[in-house]
Amino acid sequence: MATPAPVAALNLSARFPGSVTADARPGYSGWIVEKGKLLEVTQALRDEFGCDYLSSVTGVDYLPEGKMEVVYQVYKTTGGPGLLVKVQVPRADPVEVPSVVSIYPGAELQEREIWDLFGIQFSGHPDLRRILMWEGFAGHPMRKDWKEAYYEEDGKPFKTRWPEGKHALAESKNPFGDNISYPAGFDPEKWIPEDAEKALYGALARYEVRDEAGLGTDHVIVNMGPQHPSTHGVFRIAVMLDGETVVSLKPVMGYLHRNHEKIGERNTFLMNMPYTDRLDYLSSMSNNFGYALAVEKLMNVRPPERAEYLRVMMAEMTRISNHLMAIGALTNDLGAYFTPMLYALEERELILDIFEAVSGARMMCNYFRFGGVARDLPEGTLQKIKDLFFERLPRRIDEIDRFLTENEIIRARGIGQGVLTAEDAIKYSAAGPLLRASGIPYDVRRAEPYSIYDRFDFEVCVRQNGDIYDRLMIRFDEIRQSLRIIQQAVKQLPEGPVAAVKPAYQVRVPAGEAYGRVEGPKGELGFYVISNGKPSPWRYHVRAPSFINLTAFGPMCTGQKIADVVAVLGSIDIVLGEVDR
Amino acid sequence: MNDMYGKGILKGLSVSLKRFIETYADDLKWIGKRYRTEEGIAHRSSKDGRGIFTIQYPEEKLPVPEEFRFVPLLVYDEGPDGEKIMRCTSCGICSRVCPPQCIWIVRSVDPATGRPFPDPAEFYVDADVCMNCGLCAEYCPFDAIKMDHDYELASFGRSLFDKARLAKPASYYETIRPVNSGRENAARAAKEAARSAAQAE
Ligand code: SF4
Ligand code: SF4
Repeated sequence: MATPAPVAALNLSARFPGSVTADARPGYSGWIVEKGKLLEVTQALRDEFGCDYLSSVTGVDYLPEGKMEVVYQVYKTTGGPGLLVKVQVPRADPVEVPSVVSIYPGAELQEREIWDLFGIQFSGHPDLRRILMWEGFAGHPMRKDWKEAYYEEDGKPFKTRWPEGKHALAESKNPFGDNISYPAGFDPEKWIPEDAEKALYGALARYEVRDEAGLGTDHVIVNMGPQHPSTHGVFRIAVMLDGETVVSLKPVMGYLHRNHEKIGERNTFLMNMPYTDRLDYLSSMSNNFGYALAVEKLMNVRPPERAEYLRVMMAEMTRISNHLMAIGALTNDLGAYFTPMLYALEERELILDIFEAVSGARMMCNYFRFGGVARDLPEGTLQKIKDLFFERLPRRIDEIDRFLTENEIIRARGIGQGVLTAEDAIKYSAAGPLLRASGIPYDVRRAEPYSIYDRFDFEVCVRQNGDIYDRLMIRFDEIRQSLRIIQQAVKQLPEGPVAAVKPAYQVRVPAGEAYGRVEGPKGELGFYVISNGKPSPWRYHVRAPSFINLTAFGPMCTGQKIADVVAVLGSIDIVLGEVDR
Repeated sequence: MNDMYGKGILKGLSVSLKRFIETYADDLKWIGKRYRTEEGIAHRSSKDGRGIFTIQYPEEKLPVPEEFRFVPLLVYDEGPDGEKIMRCTSCGICSRVCPPQCIWIVRSVDPATGRPFPDPAEFYVDADVCMNCGLCAEYCPFDAIKMDHDYELASFGRSLFDKARLAKPASYYETIRPVNSGRENAARAAKEAARSAAQAE
């Protein structure tokens, strides 16, 4: 692959003199764009500079400076590092920024999230509603002056714990209701949205009501979930149907929302590590990886060689275990009820055995530390890894492949169904297997190699049809590539320390911003962290692939039969811990 | 498609059939040893395991690895007369590092001098809030708080563990974490030796 021109070298201020300036704050990078020029600049970025992929959009509340900022990350899908573009607006309601959905449709759900959590309005957004909090909620929880229920102090550790740590149950100190501000006269128990139909289903496109030979047609709205076995968690899908055909579909989420990012901004840097486990709880090692990379960028440390190898091994094991789960769950959704799932789970359990031996937990691994990993491989674990990844898994993966992929029912329900074209995949900021199954060979491990991925021989898997079947098959392909990486890593694993710095519970993180991204099993997982030199991050944002991949969910289902909605969702592979955060 | 329709399904079913037969074949091969024995459990989850994979909990239990972590315990050493000497010095590091802030410590104060002294007066771990992350054990400088292996903690009420509930003897800690405790004991002994050598000079 030819190396593309590095995006960072683009000189935006030369192209837009006066309205774009380089971000000169110490520790920051990218460009600050004047609000009025945002659409023009983003259009130029996409069309002239080739940054066709909007990876993430997020807000930052600079309360002391009286400013709010929206941060855009754009990339070229041909690879290379990304570019940060920022818009700053005064922090006085209404805070308003133009929506970039018309240029990058992938911003749709993300802008809704920023509106919901920061109260920044995006003018021109087609469907600006709350997304994680409920309709009728007052306030914007990610604002720095917003206090959550059970609020104690702005930052941890709390003074009440030591040395006079008389225990008190949080719930008895702060009975439900305290610290939550409702609008005057609002009773959450009795509240019904003004126009419930509009609030809940207003965004669904209706089709024309026709009268065919005296038989009137009308739309039907179906709510799948939030309690539905196919939604893989507490997740709702509102669909508008014409007969059995999907006319319009909107994902409804937030049932598992715990304001992970707010918790993250109260936590110290280290405390966030075990919290990242709980994002995509099937892939905690990958989550650790992304967060560690972001903070290490700020701290300017690099882990020692052995730790790098251990990190890569763990991350690839996570990918295999995640994809096994995805294959099992997707075949469940296709009606192959639980036999394939259990075959897949069997292998996954053995991977979790290794995680447990190494990190102490099967799923909440909390294994990465800044500048290394928590501990070296315990005695005997390397042999277990060799047994599993050189002998058993290659054989078993082939068996599961044989078991499923020629099955006529799976082929009939998968081939040509739920198609996401390459163009749409980029447009909707799809990432990971979803993007690659649509023919775009974009993989962060190759596009912008991190850690030591540049040393391994592996292929970026890609499939061309973008249908459910390809998204199933690409997971088999990726498992096989991960096996290759693990085998190489085991062979090359050097001796040595596993931590670059002496373990410390208070880490000093210099002021600045950093974006650490990894190719997680579900797609690009990024952590945007801003430090102001204090013990807690000023801003901690997660670019969650499960969440952003849902942007394409509606378009993929339109025109499909309702029964296929379940399969399309299964083929995206989401985890609600990460969608809702 | 040239192939006969249904060939793929049959191919898949042959995998199921193979697994079905293997289960019984292995049952016969391991007759009397496959279930409820340590080696049977170990074999079932080894690289050569075939057939039935599940563990019949609670009759059978998977052994947990040394690093397994589940809710902290407080280590005490046993004095010559069997008295419990808590290793904890109430330094408060664990309560400061704890991500969900579920460790509560009341430092002891000597009534005569009014000065704090090491052994904590009260020590709580709110086990329902604890996320089993293990950071407390990782950063305690006195090897006083360690992660337990006891995972059967279901209860009807809130699980607030006080000092008495958390305290476990060093001998117990050494059985669940032989490698770690061996390393820590050696490091402490070396430190002791260095200190007494420095004093002797
Ligand atoms: S358990 Fe360890 S870290 Fe916690 S207060 Fe006691 S000595 Fe300090
Ligand atoms: S294991 Fe983690 S959450 Fe539990 S008490 Fe220790 S530091 Fe706190």
